[in-house]
Amino acid sequence: MRKVLAIATAAVLMISAGPALAQTPTPTPTPTPTGQDGGDDDLVIDLEGGRSSALPIIIPVMPTNAVTGTPAGSTDALGRQLSAIIDDDLRNTGLFKTVGPNAARPIGYAEVNAPDYGSWDAYASQALVQGYVRANGNGTLTIGCYVYDVASRRQLIREGFVVQPSEWRRAAHKCADAIYTRLTGDGPYFDSQIVYVSETGPKNRRIKRLAIMDQDGANHRFLTNGQRIVLTPRFSPDQRQIVYMGYENKRPAIYVHDIAARTSRLLVPDVNLNFAPRFSPDGRWILFSMAKAGNTDLYRIAAGGGAAQQLTTSPGIDTGGSYSPDGSKIVFESDRGGTQQLYVMDGNGGNQHRISFGGGRYATPSWSPRGDLIAYTRTGGGAFRIGVMSPAGGGERTLTESWGDEGPSWAPNGRVLMFFRAASGSGRPDLWSVDLSGHSRRIPTPLDGSDPSWGPIRP
Amino acid sequence: MAKILTSMVLGVALIATAGCTKKRPETVLPPGDGPVSNGGDTGSGDADTSPLNEQFRREVASDTIHFAFDQYDIDPQSRAILDSQAAWLRAHPNTRVTIEGHCDERGTREYNLALGDRRANATKNYLAAQGVSPARITTISYGKERPVALGSDDQSWAANRRAVTIVIN
Repeated sequence: MRKVLAIATAAVLMISAGPALAQTPTPTPTPTPTGQDGGDDDLVIDLEGGRSSALPIIIPVMPTNAVTGTPAGSTDALGRQLSAIIDDDLRNTGLFKTVGPNAARPIGYAEVNAPDYGSWDAYASQALVQGYVRANGNGTLTIGCYVYDVASRRQLIREGFVVQPSEWRRAAHKCADAIYTRLTGDGPYFDSQIVYVSETGPKNRRIKRLAIMDQDGANHRFLTNGQRIVLTPRFSPDQRQIVYMGYENKRPAIYVHDIAARTSRLLVPDVNLNFAPRFSPDGRWILFSMAKAGNTDLYRIAAGGGAAQQLTTSPGIDTGGSYSPDGSKIVFESDRGGTQQLYVMDGNGGNQHRISFGGGRYATPSWSPRGDLIAYTRTGGGAFRIGVMSPAGGGERTLTESWGDEGPSWAPNGRVLMFFRAASGSGRPDLWSVDLSGHSRRIPTPLDGSDPSWGPIRP
Repeated sequence: MAKILTSMVLGVALIATAGCTKKRPETVLPPGDGPVSNGGDTGSGDADTSPLNEQFRREVASDTIHFAFDQYDIDPQSRAILDSQAAWLRAHPNTRVTIEGHCDERGTREYNLALGDRRANATKNYLAAQGVSPARITTISYGKERPVALGSDDQSWAANRRAVTIVIN
């Protein structure tokens, strides 16, 4: 089954035509500098400020033109759920202070396109999300996503999404992404998926299964059955495949899982220990580590299989390779200097140089899809931390610290990370996300969770 | 990519009620269903209980040696253990062994896979130097996936930094 989008960037339904047609979208604003108020009438979030400058936004229940039963539920119930998802998405960033569907007064269908600005002044909010739900004759749903600046009394966003009922949640994420992008200037990330390792069972015999879910934990499903250990899954750029390490018949190896076909194939037929796989940004290569007689080096192999090409030769452990977004460079960890530190090299293995020089150990580097930062795990002094630094080295910032924070993976917009946090004693891990502002939260999973990999924004 | 998407959406602000796409409903894989599962393996840990391996464990000083934090060198105490293992393996020349390398939970996952491989190979090399053919020895690293001691304390971590020799036939 092909992976086709079920969300159409739809023609926007106008409730009353005329004036709205004349409105053209304004360009995405650039963020204001740290510590400054916007000053003009543009609604913009101070990106570096985090929670203290959270932008107030009202998200009433989305009305429907006619209450209609659909496979996803009746349209009036959907309106409440869609608003709740948008509320969750925005509030969970730490950048918005929401007045959600339970707190905002209900709006009428005709009001969607003609906001009663005066009635919202009492909410002391700045932005207003008015959407609607409509069941179409052909079985699809249209979800409108209109956003207004309450203070300047003008429309900021006018979008509509046509979806199959089975993918109604994606319309809410797309709407939240449009709001996030318009008001922060950063790229979208709500309409994306996570692949991770679902864990259960006693500490000395954990059952580990690959699982996939939406970024907010919805639509969770398992991909493997737990009969063998599976580790470190990562999405292919087209999201159709997942590369991971698995122990099959006591032979650890790298496999590629086809999501639609539900099959896994062995990628590297080799007697040595192969692990730490990751796709190149163009999807043509898979970077991985191979341990031969106690020495671990980085290799790459065509994603379809073939002969592996060796990229590093140092005596020591070279692992955790991650490509820069343009594919020209690779960041990896190596203990060639004594303990784990981060190094950057060209895609062919040339020009290897160290970029981390702080105390402790640096591991599991991940190059931001935006290219501007490298996230990593830093251990030492009894703590595991998630941090970021410049690809040139320097500019180090620690985002989280606990007994066991490990394995950061970037959201598609390059400003949010997901990682896992293991508990001392039980060792049980949970998934967490952290914004570059430092705002962090736990991601709900049915069982314990580790090794998250954040997929690209869905097409 | 983000910019493209947004502008694409905004670019089609038209009066229309049309629904554009309708596509497959994706089937959901039920929990427990899985693709690659022939010959399941949850990792042996130290749970091999074949009669021959039981005999091996009774007749050698220990089937397990331990390592210092982030180290893989064989200390004198481990040498004595491995000497007894080598003697047993020389006396049973038709046997084969797997050496499992393990780590404590205070390293990152991928590094620990490599470190476990180092420990298993250091053990293999020592046995080979004592006259056990390397062709009889396979190695496997479990990293930090299969601890024997369940605490998060120095004593547990020391117990988990280990290489285990298992006779497989």
